[in-house]
Amino acid sequence: MGFHALIIGAGSTGAALAHDLTLRGYRVTVVERGEVASETTGRNHGLFHSGGRYAMRDPEAARECAEDNAIVRRIMPGLLELNGGLFVAFNEEDLSYKDRFLEACANCGVPAQEIDVQEALRMEPNLNPNILAAVKVNDGVFDPFHFALAFLATAKSNGAKVYTYTEVLDFTWEGRTVTGVHVRDRRSGKEYELGADFVINAAGPWAGRIAAMAGLHLSVVPTAGVMVAVARRWTRHVINRLNMPGDGDIIVPQRRASVIGTTSWRVEDPDFIPIPDHDFQLMLRRAQEMVPDFNQAPVRGVSAAARPLVKTGGVVAGNERWLSRGTYTFNHARDGVEGLFSIVGGKTTTARFMAEQMANFIGEAVGVDVPCRTKEVELLPYHAYYRLGGER
Amino acid sequence: MKRLKLRIARGTPEKGLTYRTYEVEVDEKANIIDAVHKVWAEQDQTILFRHACHHASCGLCGVRIDGRERLMCITPVADFADGAEITLEPLRNFPWVGDLVVDMTPLMQRMDAIHAAYVRRDELTPGEGEGMRFEDCIECGLCISACPIVGSDEFYQGPAPLAMMLRLLQEPRGRDLAAVCALAGDEHGAWRCHSAMECTEVCPSWVDPSGAIGMLRRYLLTKKVPH
Repeated sequence: MGFHALIIGAGSTGAALAHDLTLRGYRVTVVERGEVASETTGRNHGLFHSGGRYAMRDPEAARECAEDNAIVRRIMPGLLELNGGLFVAFNEEDLSYKDRFLEACANCGVPAQEIDVQEALRMEPNLNPNILAAVKVNDGVFDPFHFALAFLATAKSNGAKVYTYTEVLDFTWEGRTVTGVHVRDRRSGKEYELGADFVINAAGPWAGRIAAMAGLHLSVVPTAGVMVAVARRWTRHVINRLNMPGDGDIIVPQRRASVIGTTSWRVEDPDFIPIPDHDFQLMLRRAQEMVPDFNQAPVRGVSAAARPLVKTGGVVAGNERWLSRGTYTFNHARDGVEGLFSIVGGKTTTARFMAEQMANFIGEAVGVDVPCRTKEVELLPYHAYYRLGGER
Repeated sequence: MKRLKLRIARGTPEKGLTYRTYEVEVDEKANIIDAVHKVWAEQDQTILFRHACHHASCGLCGVRIDGRERLMCITPVADFADGAEITLEPLRNFPWVGDLVVDMTPLMQRMDAIHAAYVRRDELTPGEGEGMRFEDCIECGLCISACPIVGSDEFYQGPAPLAMMLRLLQEPRGRDLAAVCALAGDEHGAWRCHSAMECTEVCPSWVDPSGAIGMLRRYLLTKKVPH
């Protein structure tokens, strides 16, 4: 039997990592304070990125998205809505980015093809008829909860244990080495210990709090964004504004709804994020610029969740979208704590890739040289999560 | 701002059921999920509830609100008077885990057994060309909780699985339709329904299980696929 890895957090990162590590022969336990994907992952936009969103500002993220977009299509059959996306110029300023956008996509390996404006309007008759240009990309749509569940279902079929409603209270120690976690089962109130050879902190915006339990400082900036869903499916493609990433510039169709997002502001406490009315109104206004009738449909839901962005050097305060969307991996042995790793940042679309990087990183640290198999292994249907029983 | 008194069912099968009332103030535009989330964050982190997307796509936050099955995320607090007391209870007809959480396994296993599909043909978005979209059913369990037959026959397939069986007949997507028909046609299938129509009444996602069960029956008799 291989090393026992304990993962804190069952968002997309923890779920994909559980899958990757079980395939490499580790024994895996996942602990999660709430339900699977109930915070950051669960309230994301559901946009299965082509990479276009990041092409101009963050070429590395764009490349990762493009590569994993192609892989996840293969391993997650029947769980993605693959109608593609459009980057649309709605005014002259948007249009001025077109050549730069096409060039950036080409440089990042993001498939992108300009299409005739009339053709775009035939495909999407609810778009603002005054559009000036349209570029088609490989965007898609997923439901974040089911996305995470598919990874966990497959991990469970390979022996992983998943404990939901189980909150980490503290680490257990042997000297300066983490030997597991002290948890509370939130259903029974009982506290107990779970031992492990090492622990991975994948708690997203709460990763800083988990690290603090080990006396470590991890600079995670919980950054909230508002999304508004209306009860009508206005478009079939994901509609992106062709411009630098900004507020309210993406409409994602999901089921019979359309979701406009998002904004970006720093929050102190990711536990509860009140929704500023200003952001709500801004979303509806921005959506109307892209789909003029957007607000004719009733509002179906409004949400906000915190992204776990990592603060690196040279960040301009009050401009949180500039923080890297990249993934940061930490082996806290360098901070004097053995047996503890953290993974922070990233995007749900690239959760598989992030898990691969993290598992490689762990493998190097603990001396396990087993190659990644998540590019090839098809995931089980998410219903299998329940079929497999065991801890929940 | 709106003041509410949330009377929340607390406890577990071992500890028994009690109710505890929390006073909370939320924005006029908020939904019940925001009020519960705020109570959890600021007053009592022992409350168990499920939620994720907050726009009725993940199917996690189904509860009974003043006795009626609803998703907390699309129940506006504007539906209630200022100062109103609102009772929140877990769904019926599922194993109770604790507080507002039930175990969805019975429903998920039924969906699994028929190889429920997730992505369907998109018939409702205007524009040229074929497209795909997610199925309407979000497996929230509201229909299972509201159905009087599920409450009296634990082997009854229930509204959501029967509605999915109809969807598979309409759009097979490689599924074994003989197996689907066998389940739909047996004594715990479509014929067990008494047309109380509570399922369609509470469905938050345009599925109309009651109508689907009617169409399933017609199919079982005529073998003509209804659309």
